[in-house]
Amino acid sequence: MYNPYTLEGKTILVTGASSGIGKATAIECSKLGAKVIIVGRNQERLDDTFNQLNGSEHYKFVLDLKCSDLVKTFISELTNIDGIVHSAGLTKNIPFQFASKENFDEVFDVNFFSPAELTRLLLKSKKLNKQSSIVFISSISGVLCSAPASSIYSSSKGAVNGLIKGMALDFASKGIRVNSVNPGVVETSIFKEGVITEEQLEENKKQYPLKRFGKPEDIAYAVIYLLSDASCWVTGTSLIIDGGFTLQ
Amino acid sequence: MEKFIENFAAQFDDTELAQFNEETKFRELDEWSSIMALSIMAMIDEEYEVQLKGDEMRNSNTIGELFNLVNSKL
Repeated sequence: MYNPYTLEGKTILVTGASSGIGKATAIECSKLGAKVIIVGRNQERLDDTFNQLNGSEHYKFVLDLKCSDLVKTFISELTNIDGIVHSAGLTKNIPFQFASKENFDEVFDVNFFSPAELTRLLLKSKKLNKQSSIVFISSISGVLCSAPASSIYSSSKGAVNGLIKGMALDFASKGIRVNSVNPGVVETSIFKEGVITEEQLEENKKQYPLKRFGKPEDIAYAVIYLLSDASCWVTGTSLIIDGGFTLQ
Repeated sequence: MEKFIENFAAQFDDTELAQFNEETKFRELDEWSSIMALSIMAMIDEEYEVQLKGDEMRNSNTIGELFNLVNSKL
């Protein structure tokens, strides 16, 4: 069957695969024929994702990407890959006057430094095949807009958007592409148990022209486009997937 | 309790100090807003190392109730 978005024959590494966008992306990639390597911190939830993957020959690693020694061991044991999806992410809603360096460090470690370093080490150890595609899950926040008490999160995602542009140029000679997907609010556990109340989320939802928050799959499909050969002339760009939120 | 009221009041700019006491229904203050709620939660985290969830905060109506909530988590 004709399918320009197929991932047959590709091995894709997905971080943050134990929940939310990472989980949906891993599952959808496997449905499009990719061999998937999933990474997450929580064994139980990672197993749950793993069991939902389509087909066989997938791998899973319980790993905290902040632990540089473990990351090095992980990379040394890894086969060559054709794509990376950086979806491990963290948010903290703290008004700026309380946003300490420690708060910034905690979020930047997960949203910026860990994916940057993982990518660098993968490239240095030549684990990325030519024509690979690297996709960062960024955000509309920090790139096109922000929200109250979101200065930390916005800064980290703004930094990611700068990173993809620089990386895209540096990797272009190898045919490796680097892009981001920038979602609006997606219904994932990133907001559960947080400081934002259900009521506030319901109010926020009404501001979306398409009248709902995103589903993890809405984002996964954009990631798949960027991983597939259909986007082979696309690099250093960002796909806005936000139900029309930033139009207003 | 007094120190808590002081810390609470410090987040406000235009509300008179006399308006803050144990019985103050803080949600009825003109200066109250959702960002103020986040500031109060961040103050509680910074001063008392207690991390409240948004929904827990919502169940408190007076400064006294909020103080009791924080105390129960110390």
